[in-house]
Amino acid sequence: MHSLNLVAPVWNGVTKSIRDLSSSVAPKGSQKKGKRLLQFLADRFYDVEALREYLLQKQVSKVHQENRFQGQEWIQSSGRRPSSLELLSFQAVPVESVDASDCAINYEGLDNLLALKELQSLSLQRCPHVDDWCLSRLYQLADSLQELSLAGCPRVSERGLACLHHLQNLRRLDISDLPAVSNPGLTQILMEEMLPNCEVLGADWAQGLKSRPEKQSQDTASPTPA
Amino acid sequence: MFRGAVHLCAGRGHLGRRLSTLRGGSALGWAGKVSEIKKTLQSVLPGGAWNSLYDTSHLPPEQSDVVIVGGGVLGLSVAYWLKRLEKQRGAIRVLVVEQDHTYSQASTGLSVGGIRQQFSLPENIQLSLFSVNFLRNINDYLAVVDDPPLDLQFNPSGYLLLASEEGAAILESNVKVQRQEGAKVCLMSPEQLRNKFPWINTEGVALASYGLEGEGWFDPWCLLQGLRRKVQAMGVHFCHGEVTRFVSSSNRMETTSGEEITLKRIHEVHVKMDHSVEYQPVECAIVINAAGAWSGRVAELAGIGKGPPGTLQGTKLPVEPRKRYVYVWHCPQGPGLESPLVADTSGVYFRRDGLGNNYLGGCSPTEEEEPDPENLEVDHDFFQNKVWPRLAWRIPAFESLKVRSAWAGYYDYNTFDQNGVVGPHPLVANMYFATGFSGHGLQQAPAVGRAVAEMVLEGRFQTINLNAFLFSRFFLGEKVQEHNIF
Repeated sequence: MHSLNLVAPVWNGVTKSIRDLSSSVAPKGSQKKGKRLLQFLADRFYDVEALREYLLQKQVSKVHQENRFQGQEWIQSSGRRPSSLELLSFQAVPVESVDASDCAINYEGLDNLLALKELQSLSLQRCPHVDDWCLSRLYQLADSLQELSLAGCPRVSERGLACLHHLQNLRRLDISDLPAVSNPGLTQILMEEMLPNCEVLGADWAQGLKSRPEKQSQDTASPTPA
Repeated sequence: MFRGAVHLCAGRGHLGRRLSTLRGGSALGWAGKVSEIKKTLQSVLPGGAWNSLYDTSHLPPEQSDVVIVGGGVLGLSVAYWLKRLEKQRGAIRVLVVEQDHTYSQASTGLSVGGIRQQFSLPENIQLSLFSVNFLRNINDYLAVVDDPPLDLQFNPSGYLLLASEEGAAILESNVKVQRQEGAKVCLMSPEQLRNKFPWINTEGVALASYGLEGEGWFDPWCLLQGLRRKVQAMGVHFCHGEVTRFVSSSNRMETTSGEEITLKRIHEVHVKMDHSVEYQPVECAIVINAAGAWSGRVAELAGIGKGPPGTLQGTKLPVEPRKRYVYVWHCPQGPGLESPLVADTSGVYFRRDGLGNNYLGGCSPTEEEEPDPENLEVDHDFFQNKVWPRLAWRIPAFESLKVRSAWAGYYDYNTFDQNGVVGPHPLVANMYFATGFSGHGLQQAPAVGRAVAEMVLEGRFQTINLNAFLFSRFFLGEKVQEHNIF
């Protein structure tokens, strides 16, 4: 009986959340004026204020709805879409690895993954809604999970990484490129101490060190290979 | 109504048709004068703080539907849920009175910030479960247009409670109740403890309970600021002052058994301004006592407990301030990143703080050792004599540590049964309590706020039934004891 490797479908659109709006390109002059006018109106008229808050709530809940939809869609592999008859034949097959990279999966959506009791490899690279709370749920996969990748998740910090100590069977952990981790080098060392049998990748201990000024100018002078 | 504007015009003299620059000018330029006129007009129009005698913009409004005494996390949570659950937008006018806007002595900011579901009462477990959901979705609840999202810095590392032989049976039954209510807690034997956390000395430990999900610690200041910001955006009025008096009316009534009791209703709250004798009487319909460590004093002002002892009138609110110390130390060989908040059999507790091998913790003193709650001075000898020996015995790595700093904070300690008081007073009909949580108020604040708001708006608890926490239990003598407070 062979096991399944699943890949999330290619997601064309960009999941825009309210957080992205504030960190996106700096507003130009006209946009700023529009925003100021809106704020002026909102301060004076209850209706405008209520409308703005309603739109904000809609934006926030829109993200959740997309996740629920996503939670069901991801089972299909990229490229060819297997017919439903084929999927039925896979029902009894244990799922071995899941690639949910760039997927808009969130805390509630993780229910689908945690039900896979024989999951060995999980990739959550660049998932915008995977945060420390989601990591605190991963202990349920402790018996089987051997490989985990969290590279590029914007919301994962060292506080969520601390909960991964339950995953004693983990052999490969990728924690590279996590912008919310305050001290990547130190975190890597502490993670290695916490999970002695696991190979922790990603954060180089030298990342936290500053190079000397002469060395820096040398680097900029030398031609960088293409 | 245009008296203010007329004064400015008259100041320019009879021939004041031309601009003042020709007659030597006044101190203000043209733009300054326009803004003065605008300000006066604004204050004079309805809704402004205009008083013909003097400026009252620093005083609270003269009327308010609900006055919340205390602007800490519980008071703000009640304000938030009142505004959120009101039937019509702007239906209820809420005023929050806080005596110290720097929150220098408020329990919220000085808290260790932990949240757990490991209680023995189902009500407490439910309150914590809802609160942790609230914290997880805090940006859905407390989002304010154009403001950045909140980052609570939540550490989902869980709580580890250790029990000796005597306490093991209670711990086991507690865990059973917790799991029934939906908390994710597991039991661990001493051997499992040694495997998972090799830095613990398991001698004397018979059983341990470990929270797997939804437990940990967070930044209480962030929650407080987030609530404050959201609550201001929802239209709640804030006032920086102290409640000094309640003006109430009484009605003598007879109960069905023929006993005579006095029902009171608070009509006015006198709010005294800081560093001044000036006060504002605020007419109100409902008063919420969320004053934390000072709740007992506020209740006395309302006449609660003034009567012959043993009667309902003579039953005081048994909430008093108790001082607790928190120490921060550094230990280079201490427990690693996986360490939960550990609470020992002896009452000592500690948790990690950040990445740098810093830890913080403390211990609840016994009744005889209770420090004087007069001020928040730290007693360092307490750490040397009471905390460190027990800590070092349980965690051998802590034999060599260096104390970095310490602080003290108040518990709003319920001397009766160390659990919260929620709901209306049976005799003072319009005073509601949200206090007395004895050290676990922060972690239950979102849920308690909702419960009190439901009680105020609907007259009964709708989501979580907190009838066990009503005031009447103090008179009836029914203790709802919690077994794990530290």
